[in-house]
Amino acid sequence: MIEYRRVHKTFAGGNVAVRDFSLTIPSGSLTVLVGSSGCGKTTLLRMVNRMVEPDSGSVLIDDEDVRQRDPVTLRRSVGYVMQSGGLLPHKSVLDNIQTVSRLVGTPKEHSRQRAGELMDLVGLDSTLATRYPQQLSGGQQQRVGVARALAVDPNILLMDEPFGAVDPVVRRDLQRELLDIQARLAKTVVFVTHDIDEAFLVADQMVILREGAEVAQQGTPEDILSNPADEFVASFVGHTTAARRLERSDSHPDVVVDTEGRIQGRLER
Amino acid sequence: MSWVWDNTDAIVRLTIEHVWLSTIPIVLGGLLSVPVGWLANRFRTLRGVILAVVGILYTIPSLALFVLIPPLLGLPFLSPLNVIIALVVYAVAIMSRNAADAFASIDPSALRAATAVGYGPWQRFFQVELPLAGPVLVAGLRVVAVSTVSLVTVGVLVGVQSLGYFFTDGFQRRIEAEILTGIVMTVFVAALFDAALVLAGRLGMPWARLAMARAGQEVS
Repeated sequence: MIEYRRVHKTFAGGNVAVRDFSLTIPSGSLTVLVGSSGCGKTTLLRMVNRMVEPDSGSVLIDDEDVRQRDPVTLRRSVGYVMQSGGLLPHKSVLDNIQTVSRLVGTPKEHSRQRAGELMDLVGLDSTLATRYPQQLSGGQQQRVGVARALAVDPNILLMDEPFGAVDPVVRRDLQRELLDIQARLAKTVVFVTHDIDEAFLVADQMVILREGAEVAQQGTPEDILSNPADEFVASFVGHTTAARRLERSDSHPDVVVDTEGRIQGRLER
Repeated sequence: MSWVWDNTDAIVRLTIEHVWLSTIPIVLGGLLSVPVGWLANRFRTLRGVILAVVGILYTIPSLALFVLIPPLLGLPFLSPLNVIIALVVYAVAIMSRNAADAFASIDPSALRAATAVGYGPWQRFFQVELPLAGPVLVAGLRVVAVSTVSLVTVGVLVGVQSLGYFFTDGFQRRIEAEILTGIVMTVFVAALFDAALVLAGRLGMPWARLAMARAGQEVS
């Protein structure tokens, strides 16, 4: 469980990134922090592994303040997936995946074997093991990033716009595979994105943020879509756009159309 | 040509001497400039000061430095150490700016990623920053190597034996073959160092060629 208790962060220059933010993220769930760029969502994410320290308030992992933990050991114990993979360009795919397990001193043989299994888990062909990150596609790099984050089997996975840099088709694949992996491993995932569709797809719980990381609404995707708290949320989730407002077609009761009359699909129930 | 055959012993001896006199400043200069360059890159205010100082050092003429070092450091005038120390100073002068650039060339997102996955500061330096600065460092060392090899020849004027002896001796005795031999062998030694550095770079950093090829593609 991750708990934010009234955290506040002002960056040098007076820009308030996070203003009095509190949130509880239950274990084993995937929580999406969603908001437009500059709303403080990445800052919140980075507070979990002490890449950013709050000015006031505290962040707790399983009831322990992260400030009690040594930052380096803390970071090794928390999986981190960043945009464009954040891979080390001078290490092969296999060595990138092993980064953390080698840092914590896992024996070489065991670490290699584990990295091989992880390549399999994230859908990377074993022939890619000796390649360098520059030789991979964006989607493959991102898979390596996920495998690296899972290498020491952390309980917590932080994902910072993990699929932001790949094309939409690959993004759908990666999102679906993330859900598969999450169904199997049940990590506590904090996922940051500005893509509302991505949030709806992957979230167990989602938190919509305004500027200064102010919580506009928090709930399941269903809650938020069916019952937006205010104008801001409604507009953010696209309530006001035609594509999110569906109704039965007048001519065919099984067909669903949007408010502009475009056919969107068929009702199965 | 007959001069060459009559003097092979001297050529071999002075070539070895020359390689030896060049190796120490190249290695030592490279090692010393890495922390200097790192500090210059890390602390922007320090950068100007460091780079100004090394810049001034480089403007001191080599012969003057060879002569200045013995009284300054209390060394005997004829010691080869004078030349070696002077050449280390030049190597650091050339290499520090280059090392600062090498560290500046690293993609900051790779460094952030390294910190985020749990590299400690020293581990990050030795396992991430230094290797990623490697290609630019090697490029700088190649310049240092060539410059050092040619400066070693000047040492002969303060009595330190190297291939430079063939220049002074050849001029005094008007033996063209001797002067020519000195030039050819000096170029050969410089080429040797250069080739060694290129090879070490290729073998030690197989990823770097990919990165450069990719950068080339993005430019074109």
